[in-house]
Amino acid sequence: MTVSFRRIFRFFPQFLILTISGLLLPSLNAQDWVRTGSGLAENRIRLAAADFKPVGGDPQTPSLKATFDSTLYNDLANAGIFDMVSKSMAPTVTPGSPQEINLSQWAAEPSNASMVAFGALSSTNGRLTVYGWLFDAKNPGSPQILGKQYNETASPDSARQVAHRFADEIIARLGGGLNGIAETKIYFVSARTGTKEIWAMDYDGQNQHIVTKLGSISLSPRIAPDNSRLAFSSIGKEGWTIRMFSLELGRPVSFPAGVAGGSNLSPAWSGDGTKLAFSSSRSGDPEIWVADSNGGNLRKLTSFRGPDVSPTWNPRTNSQIAWVSGRTGLPQIYIMDADGANIQRMTDGGYAISPSWSPSGQFLAFSWNRKYGPGAPGGQDIYVMDIASKRWLQLTHDSGSNDFPSWSPDGRHLVFQRENGHNVEIWTMLADGTEQHQLTRSGKDSMPNWSWK
Amino acid sequence: MTSRNRVLTCMVLLVAVIGIAGCGKKKPISSNTTAPPMSGPAPIVQLTATPTTITAGDQVVLSWRTTDATSVSIDGIGDVPSSGVKTVTPTVSTSYHLVARGDGGSADATARVTVKAAEMAVAVPQDSSASTMTADEQFKASVQDIFFDYDSYDVSGTSQSQLSKAAAYLASNPSIKVLIGGYCDERGSNEYNLTLGQSRANSVKQALVQAGIAPDRLRVVSYGKEKPFCTESTEECWQQNRRAGFSIDR
Repeated sequence: MTVSFRRIFRFFPQFLILTISGLLLPSLNAQDWVRTGSGLAENRIRLAAADFKPVGGDPQTPSLKATFDSTLYNDLANAGIFDMVSKSMAPTVTPGSPQEINLSQWAAEPSNASMVAFGALSSTNGRLTVYGWLFDAKNPGSPQILGKQYNETASPDSARQVAHRFADEIIARLGGGLNGIAETKIYFVSARTGTKEIWAMDYDGQNQHIVTKLGSISLSPRIAPDNSRLAFSSIGKEGWTIRMFSLELGRPVSFPAGVAGGSNLSPAWSGDGTKLAFSSSRSGDPEIWVADSNGGNLRKLTSFRGPDVSPTWNPRTNSQIAWVSGRTGLPQIYIMDADGANIQRMTDGGYAISPSWSPSGQFLAFSWNRKYGPGAPGGQDIYVMDIASKRWLQLTHDSGSNDFPSWSPDGRHLVFQRENGHNVEIWTMLADGTEQHQLTRSGKDSMPNWSWK
Repeated sequence: MTSRNRVLTCMVLLVAVIGIAGCGKKKPISSNTTAPPMSGPAPIVQLTATPTTITAGDQVVLSWRTTDATSVSIDGIGDVPSSGVKTVTPTVSTSYHLVARGDGGSADATARVTVKAAEMAVAVPQDSSASTMTADEQFKASVQDIFFDYDSYDVSGTSQSQLSKAAAYLASNPSIKVLIGGYCDERGSNEYNLTLGQSRANSVKQALVQAGIAPDRLRVVSYGKEKPFCTESTEECWQQNRRAGFSIDR
């Protein structure tokens, strides 16, 4: 079954060559490998993001405008649901307001836009003001879909944030009911200070900054669904413990259930934020345990000799958990009910690790080395499996060792780590494996986790 | 220790790249010098020995890495690949000297291994007062690290005699508490390897408990693949890293 889906992907290079030769084929992604509901493989809306019109003579304006323009364009291109009009095909006049736009120009060749985002940007007395519109070029009688105004302290960071917000407004209206991800964050592990600490960045790799400074080894960051707290695992005097960092207070807060001896690893929030699953060897063998998010009501879910680790909840129902178990030898992906019943093995061999459950509840993304064995280090790649049918699709090919996929909240993207030699970096891609982009450059960045909103 | 070495190595490499000869703060186990650039980039070399102090008969892992070298050799060993790992068993204290030659010049590095006398090492010291070794040395000689097959946490048959020796030593030294660290090779995920390392350390603890050692004297911690003994992607190095390592728990 899977072979026929893979064949579609094998034909991609030919399609791409056709595209490059000038034929625009908006329907080239029309074959979805299963019905995902993500809109990724459907007909894409042809969208133009005009350069915004600079207003006033403030010397800061040109650089803020450049930051804003590129951020907005990238956000819309990254969304995975638009066929973006190349800037070189845009009409030469930059419209700064609804009165200044000539929609028929944008709707005509070569831009051939269905939708146009445009507006004006100015900075005055340290304030950044942005007016943005989204117009339907094919409906000149009543074109306005969106009109927004933003006023922020003038800085490159706020120019980026305003662009992210405007992009998410556009995506919310054109994205088939799924919110955009331009305002989301990615938490990750970086050793660039010498020890592995938890770091954070914007979804596009901008604004990378350190969060924890424990000076030991901190791993497996998992952000709470409401962005209030960050759970992670860290080694200290008591061995590996589950720790909590409050992003609201900017300091560690206690999580008593994570400290009871043995190795406590790989925390995972339920989708409603009320529970955490994690691996603990406090009773001897590493097993999956669950506690309320305040640390109470602790209980053990699995009881089988062998490593059990890396749980992830079905975020749609919160009634199932997928995890990694070595109970039959090499690690495999399993799912069970949230009370430990109905255990089902999902992978049929090889070395399968690091599951992440998609926001829709339909898919598992995980890392799999299907030919793993002594003397055959082979490739470790990211796969997506349709849970109901157990059909899978390989997303990465022949490009280093890939691990720790994490879904974006719109279910259209994955962030993951890619190791080449001893360099580990964080990458993103669309959930069909296309449009892979590297986000970090330090060589020491791993274990990404995408925020829930 | 190893992670500190790695940081140091990065610093040494960085300094070498900038072209400053001589680094103010060097460890005896790792050193390098860079010849002035000639026609191309000068080779950069790095050589470490782990551990740096052993008892005669013990193994030492030499690990080296070079860049921009056309030929690499280690005195007494001969020509070697541009990077690699080799296990040696020196009987006397030895300085391993590595020379790398390239289009841009040559560079060398030295790693010193100190070998202590082995007279006490073979017998379980029933009467520890008769020993001239320090407590640490006796511990090292009697309680030796256990190695594992890949993705396995079962103590192999060949490790049983090592564990019996360790149990005998611990039984006759009841004041010593032990930290058992579980280690894994670089393959697979950090998270899974931490549980695998935990299971390895647990297996060894259980074996010692069955041999009569009180469980409260044995503390277990997993390092997974976070603190490797070597960092080469070779089976030899992977085997070095699949272990339960012992140290005195103070």
